[in-house]
Amino acid sequence: MRWLSDPVLTVEHLTMRFDGLTAINDLSLNVGRGDITAVIGPNGAGKTTVFNCITGFYRPTEGMLSLKDKTGSTHLLERLPGHDITWKAKVARTFQNIRLFSGMTVLENLLVAQHNNLMISSGFSILGLLGTRGYRNAEKQAIDKAMLWLERTGLTSWADEPAGALAYGDQRRLEIARAMCTEPSLLCLDEPAAGLNPKESSQLNELLLAICNHHNTSVLLIEHDMSVVMQISDHIIVLDYGSKIADGTPEEIKNDPKVIAAYLGVDDEELEKLETEAQI
Amino acid sequence: MGTPMNIHQLPPTTAASRKQITDRLKTIDLEGLAKDSALTAIIVLLLCVPIIGFKLEKNQFNILELASHWGWVVTFVIATFLFRFVRLASATYRNRTKESSPTSAKPQIEEESSLSAKLLPLTGYILVGIAFTFPIIAAVATGGLAASRSWLDLAILALTYVMLGWGLNIVVGLAGLLDLGYVAFYAVGAYTYALLATNFGVSFWICLPLAGILAAFWGIILGFPILRLRGDYLAIVTLAFGEITRLVLLNWESFSNGANGISSIPKVTFFGIPFTSADNGFAATFGLPYDAMHRWIFLYYLILALALLTNFITIRMRRLPIGRAWEALREDETACRSLGINTRNTKLTAFAIGAMFGGIAGAFFSARQGFVSPESFNFMESAIILAIVVLGGMGSQVGVAIAAVVLTVAPELLRNMTFLKNFFGDSFDPSEYRLLLFGLAMVAMMVWRPRGLISVRNPTVSINKTKAIGANLVKEGHG
Repeated sequence: MRWLSDPVLTVEHLTMRFDGLTAINDLSLNVGRGDITAVIGPNGAGKTTVFNCITGFYRPTEGMLSLKDKTGSTHLLERLPGHDITWKAKVARTFQNIRLFSGMTVLENLLVAQHNNLMISSGFSILGLLGTRGYRNAEKQAIDKAMLWLERTGLTSWADEPAGALAYGDQRRLEIARAMCTEPSLLCLDEPAAGLNPKESSQLNELLLAICNHHNTSVLLIEHDMSVVMQISDHIIVLDYGSKIADGTPEEIKNDPKVIAAYLGVDDEELEKLETEAQI
Repeated sequence: MGTPMNIHQLPPTTAASRKQITDRLKTIDLEGLAKDSALTAIIVLLLCVPIIGFKLEKNQFNILELASHWGWVVTFVIATFLFRFVRLASATYRNRTKESSPTSAKPQIEEESSLSAKLLPLTGYILVGIAFTFPIIAAVATGGLAASRSWLDLAILALTYVMLGWGLNIVVGLAGLLDLGYVAFYAVGAYTYALLATNFGVSFWICLPLAGILAAFWGIILGFPILRLRGDYLAIVTLAFGEITRLVLLNWESFSNGANGISSIPKVTFFGIPFTSADNGFAATFGLPYDAMHRWIFLYYLILALALLTNFITIRMRRLPIGRAWEALREDETACRSLGINTRNTKLTAFAIGAMFGGIAGAFFSARQGFVSPESFNFMESAIILAIVVLGGMGSQVGVAIAAVVLTVAPELLRNMTFLKNFFGDSFDPSEYRLLLFGLAMVAMMVWRPRGLISVRNPTVSINKTKAIGANLVKEGHG
């Protein structure tokens, strides 16, 4: 139960309204440090909206999102501007529809991810324009780090190819590698296994476990592929209609009647019973 | 990559059908081509006889007479025959070589792009070499320094546009922000020098960087309100800002002297030494015989140096984190934000740096011209600079330079094409057709090279091999 004792991210009373529509309603959840946490739920349950709130693409209507980073200091995500959530609070994300810089090479993609560090070492371009040794070393280090992640994701031989020319599964992995180059303490993955074949999704499982175990990074993922979710998650949160309906270990979730009802529907007999219970 | 639907490119399912296709291609002989071409020529002949062949003309007694132009008809028919024949033959040849090579069309394209990637730097060096020796070339070609004045004038104009094109290339080509009001920064630079020099007697060499700084500042001021706009909206608002700048200069008479402009702006000096025939002049100081052309040659090398500085800084910046962030911004702004890039600051730097070069070019313009008025900074200028960037290939330094030279030199060449009068009569004035030809060239470019002259993108960093990236993958930015 690391998510209760040592949470990396705490979401409290998060509500997100779009005009009249309430996409998320008073949601509270914890993401444990070093855990792989999965957010699941039927389509339209508000999973991606939660992600967008956490990563600063939406400003929550109500609620508090606090992230405790590796050094122990707390960042209130709802108050940070979007880019600072990645740079200062160290939350990285990938997208449901892959968003790579398709006209830039794989290596360039990973260097753009290290923009802020490189900007500082290039003296906000002034030292870089002069070509000082400090900047050249920093760039070399950035390339080394990029190559390290290419090796981990098995993309080394593609380093000089344009990202848009990669196969779909490789693009998915590259997006994760790019997010990891920002050195996040929390990595948010929006459907990382979508469109992958069984072999690729088992590779993805290994990659996510490695990220979690060796890089001191917690993973939060939205996923529909239950083979991924059940095999690697330490903690599963189930959303439906913008509210949390279940929260626990994979075993607990598997046997939760509410989850089964949300996914498979309820048969008429049971519905009647529930309705009489609720006195409708 | 769009593969044209061509029967010869479809992968044959069996070896037999493949052989069949090859055989069929081999049987396309010259006789068949000649027949086809002859048929086309006959159609042209039938059309030409009544249209071109006969003409009613007045003879010296003012009586209508039927004249014939058989020479023209024959020329047209032969030309059609040859054109058709060569076209068909080359098309057949191309298809056959495609069929005979086992590789598909894709590697061929890649080879082509890597070849052009190798040739590009070479082209750049050749162009720089020509640019450095141009005054000598011009003097030799026209037979004397004084005679080369018009050539040099044109070259200075062309280089000014090269510099403006390179400046705008940062904003449009790299950062993908469509700016239709770039001329505003050119105007800021021009008026900076004009006003400071005429009112306070500030030297050109102090005004040059100052013009750049003020234009960059203006770029940031204009950039702020339009940060959230994309695409069409960005284009409209930048266009409006360009016009506002011009209208302010036109109407704020106490500041800019309105439509009358500012005249007698001090001329460029050789780092403080004026180009005069006086004892302290350039010629006397260096022990040369006085020649009015010294000033023009100096202006030429000055704008060449400024343009090359723009080029150098742009190339350098592209390889720095800021340059990569500009290009990433063009590719995908949302992804940039998710990687912690401050998109606001990145856009503003692109605007500011682009504007800075525009401002420096503006200061040069007013020093060369000796006179500025708001009329020099109308929308047409912005449109031409944008056309240079788009035609050259967004993001490509060499392409932009070539497009700038073509777009500035072509109208002048057109003016000199008096031989066209032999064809179209004495009342024909080629320069009146400038915009028509300009438009035709644009349409032709958009059909054959929709992404500009040089559309490949060179990566800024590589591990093993640098390979140009095809235009189909590179995005144009959404505003």
